[in-house]
Amino acid sequence: MLTLISPDGTVPDRLPFTLEEMRRLYAEMVEARTYDHKCMAMQRQGRLATYAPFEGQEAAQIGAAAALRSDDWVAATYRDAALMWRAGYPWSLLVAGRTGDERGGQAPEGVNVLPPSITVGGHMIHAVGLAWAEALNGTGRVALTSFGDGATSEGDFHEAMNFAAVYNTPTVFLCQNNGFAISYPRAEQTRSQSIAMKADAYGMPGLLVDGNDVAAVLDVVGSAVGRARNGEGPTLIEAVTYRLGPHTTADDPGRYRDEDEAVGWRERDPLERVRLLLERAGGWSPEWQAELETRASDTIEEAVAMAEALPPPTAEEMLVRMYEQPTTLIEAQLGEIGQ
Amino acid sequence: MSELTLAQSLNGALATALESDERVVLLGEDIGRTGGVFRITDGLRDKYGENRVFDTPVAESGIVGAALGMAIAGMRPVAELQFLGFSYPAYDQIINHVARIRNRSNHRFTAPLVIRVPFGGGIGAAEHHSESTEAIYAHIPGLKVVVPSTPSDARGLLLAAIEDPDPVLFLEPIRLYRAVKEDVPELYYTTEIGPLRVEREGNDITLVSWGAMMKETRAAASRLEESGASVEVLDVRTLSPIDADGIVRSATKTGRVVVVHEAPRTGGMGAEVAAIVQERALYSLTAPVRRVTGWDTVFPLKRSEGHYLPNADRIVRVAQQTLET
Repeated sequence: MLTLISPDGTVPDRLPFTLEEMRRLYAEMVEARTYDHKCMAMQRQGRLATYAPFEGQEAAQIGAAAALRSDDWVAATYRDAALMWRAGYPWSLLVAGRTGDERGGQAPEGVNVLPPSITVGGHMIHAVGLAWAEALNGTGRVALTSFGDGATSEGDFHEAMNFAAVYNTPTVFLCQNNGFAISYPRAEQTRSQSIAMKADAYGMPGLLVDGNDVAAVLDVVGSAVGRARNGEGPTLIEAVTYRLGPHTTADDPGRYRDEDEAVGWRERDPLERVRLLLERAGGWSPEWQAELETRASDTIEEAVAMAEALPPPTAEEMLVRMYEQPTTLIEAQLGEIGQ
Repeated sequence: MSELTLAQSLNGALATALESDERVVLLGEDIGRTGGVFRITDGLRDKYGENRVFDTPVAESGIVGAALGMAIAGMRPVAELQFLGFSYPAYDQIINHVARIRNRSNHRFTAPLVIRVPFGGGIGAAEHHSESTEAIYAHIPGLKVVVPSTPSDARGLLLAAIEDPDPVLFLEPIRLYRAVKEDVPELYYTTEIGPLRVEREGNDITLVSWGAMMKETRAAASRLEESGASVEVLDVRTLSPIDADGIVRSATKTGRVVVVHEAPRTGGMGAEVAAIVQERALYSLTAPVRRVTGWDTVFPLKRSEGHYLPNADRIVRVAQQTLET
């Protein structure tokens, strides 16, 4: 398993990124965590529908998205807000989606990030089709799909991996192995020693990376993206991480996991190790930290305000969203609603 | 203009689409080397190349899911599933993703793809090869469901489906692939998805059908006319969005409606037709709307097909009861 930055912030070997690049990644992780905490709080206040927190997985998500070009494709999950945001999806739309508003699913023009799939595993094959089309059209774009360890038990994982390898599509499969499929531990989900090793059977490289090390994730995903862009085909990456929070706000992790385990993972916090690294290199100060947190908080508050300022959706919109032009049947129902 | 079977007409339409729109690609099991189990894509890989016509692994969910990704990226994929009974592994992709991506993304991402599926019985095939479960797809918002029954409609509707900005499930009646011949124009033309086709005009009774049952319905209509009835025959052609206005127009004129489909009766599209007629044309009716359908059973194997499939005799019998009301 590749680690570039140890949990204590030391770099045993060599870090292929500059101090400035590391400061930027750190700032982005701070912003992402601020969003995550804000959403948890808003859900408790009844302002959001169910929320699936990603705390603990910031490095896997920010690191992966940082490896992409701005026009690459992303097909991710309901737990991937940080990844989607780093790929260009605005916080305000992510919040809007969680308030229960379909308008939150509309990525801005030019941002090639699909709205998250809520069913588990059905979206990986979309990244294969997207990448396949881009390869046929010679655009150089790649598609990254993110999913959890639980999704690798779905039959669709097999079909997506197989198609990607068969057609040599520029697809990067990023598995954030966060330890649990809701309550079911990774060790019980599959007899494979790792998820990465499954790649072997499909005829593509499978790489294990410390998912709490943003530099290692960026490095590994970066090389997979490079291979894909060069026509060298797909890669499976298993980023080993841990979901510090519950599966969703409707979940109680106390029923299935030992809190000591979570405490152990807190010591491997993806933000803290970069902070230690930066501090040692003279790139961190309490003042800068305070500035980052204030800025992040302002940004997220502004996004929340934008999401909450959306006018209430009309009844007509939900019907008009189904086809490019309303069908005769939809027209008739629009008429009924209007009465 | 040349005389073509429905199968030849579909092959020609696919060739025309590949010729006229470089975004069109075909993918499916055995469609390249062998031209598909029914040879509908015969010769297309040789002519248009391996980067336009793809043989795929045996994975219906993968085929449809990959086609969706391609469609979102701006291509116009036409996927083939071998039989409607083999579409269920792809059901999740179809209803959860293909039919919903426009809604989920508020129009930002769309699914202009066609899923072609041979369907229906009458050829004595193995289990799962004769399904007629169109109603479960017509029930899904976001999809369009199209069923041609003539060679010229097959061409026009398939080209319209490929042009359509929304996903179309294109059901091809297996029993009619080589059973009907018609002069089909060679030019590029489309037949609008939605409006039904009045195949025969009449005043006493309306027979409503689609797909392979059109053949039995036509035969029944001819026999009824020999006995003096004036029969209107509607080929619905599009099951979603179904042409409610067209059905109501005919029901209002004749006052008698019989729906014919080979799918099981309960929850079938015949119920939808009956509901449309009673909601909007009840006071024009002189008889109850009746259904001639397959029975509520698994589609039987070869030796029992005759017990199951509606035929002209059954249609004539029910139509006569309706005419006598």
